[in-house]
Amino acid sequence: MNYRWDWSILFKDTYMGWLWSGLLWTVIISLASWAVALMVGLLAGTARSSPSRGARLLAGLYIDVFRNVPPLVQLFLWYFVLPEVVPDSFGLWLKRDLPYPEVVTAVVAIGLFAGSRVAEQVRAGIDAVGAPLMPAALATGLRPAQAYRLIVLPLGLRAIVGPLTSEFLITVKLSSLSLTIGVLELTAQSRHVENYTFQGFEAFTFATIGYLVIGLCVTGLMRFIDIRIGGAALRKTPA
Amino acid sequence: MSDFDWGIIARSSAFLAEGMALSALLVLVATVGGLILGFGLALMRLSSHRWLSVPASTYVTVMRTLPLVLVLFWFYFLVPLAIGRPVGSLTSALLAFVLFEAAFYCEIVRAGISNVRHGQSDAGLATGLRRAQVLRLIILPQALRAMMPLILNQIVIVFQDTSLVYVVSLHDFLTAASVVASRDGRATEMYALVAVVYLVICLGTTKAAEFYRKGLPS
Repeated sequence: MNYRWDWSILFKDTYMGWLWSGLLWTVIISLASWAVALMVGLLAGTARSSPSRGARLLAGLYIDVFRNVPPLVQLFLWYFVLPEVVPDSFGLWLKRDLPYPEVVTAVVAIGLFAGSRVAEQVRAGIDAVGAPLMPAALATGLRPAQAYRLIVLPLGLRAIVGPLTSEFLITVKLSSLSLTIGVLELTAQSRHVENYTFQGFEAFTFATIGYLVIGLCVTGLMRFIDIRIGGAALRKTPA
Repeated sequence: MSDFDWGIIARSSAFLAEGMALSALLVLVATVGGLILGFGLALMRLSSHRWLSVPASTYVTVMRTLPLVLVLFWFYFLVPLAIGRPVGSLTSALLAFVLFEAAFYCEIVRAGISNVRHGQSDAGLATGLRRAQVLRLIILPQALRAMMPLILNQIVIVFQDTSLVYVVSLHDFLTAASVVASRDGRATEMYALVAVVYLVICLGTTKAAEFYRKGLPS
């Protein structure tokens, strides 16, 4: 193998600047998409276990469609197709006046894809942990809506903090898709450095370590939440 | 909104079919290669020797934390360097897919094997079977049946993942469609078609896996 190592390029101002700004965008997109995913997933997941047939069907449709179209295709639909099929004035606004159009589109697309996965977890948590408590909650004299809001939902949600860790990690990885529509996040910037310097080893190693560190932070944060209020805390409480 | 030209689909169908063939090839190689390698990794992870289990679990953790796009770039860069001459991006992509998906198949196989009750292998050993025989005759048949829905699920994910070869300019189904879309300015028609085709195939397989899982004795 014929390769000239040069780790110093990682400390040259230009390239270091690119890589750090890439890391920053990856973190921003990941967090924003995760916020969207949590909100949408919570909504769709509870709708999926609601007594209303219409709400159940609608949420089921969302989950089935968004889980079964590749996230990259969804991203292209939001970015290339949406501005063409909406009324002209809105399409123009999307193309011209939306601030940071690529980043916003990526966050929406990744958030809605991850949201469909979160929704499945929420539903599973409610079905497995929350719903069995319903009769007991009703027996204490709570009305059905109260029982759902005070017992079934919170306990169901606390149980799924563990499984949500991997959904969070998937969201971080999905943020790399945004490079296809021109967002210069971590993976894009490392490729960028490789193209300029031919030092692919150094650039991709930086990106790899970046993702590993973000992954460790996510795992650590979710474990902290799990121990404080999540499934781990639930299991510890005396029966 | 009236100027859609759905005829573009018929006119580009041969080109799109070639793309789909490449997607299918990627799924096939990634799944067969990934399962074989994943099986080896799973046995290493379950081993009681730490020098086997630690490298395997490190490998799996690292692969599962990295985005596939980055892994594709890594291999696109590394493979020609390792071989010492330029190779097509298909070779790099195939290798990247096998090594990446192996980490995910490893976890499926590992869960499948460790879900077979411990008493089963003790009983097998007590009847005088050797370890390899216990694994092949007693554990694996039961583990495989439990793993099938998860493997089907993973195949759906791999199929969706293949669309990412877009970043190394390989003409899979999505990339073929995007080439037509930008050449003829028909993004709406092409991406709508791509979404529907993926949806039908993936949803169908997902539902089949669910159906199969319900039929399993729990």
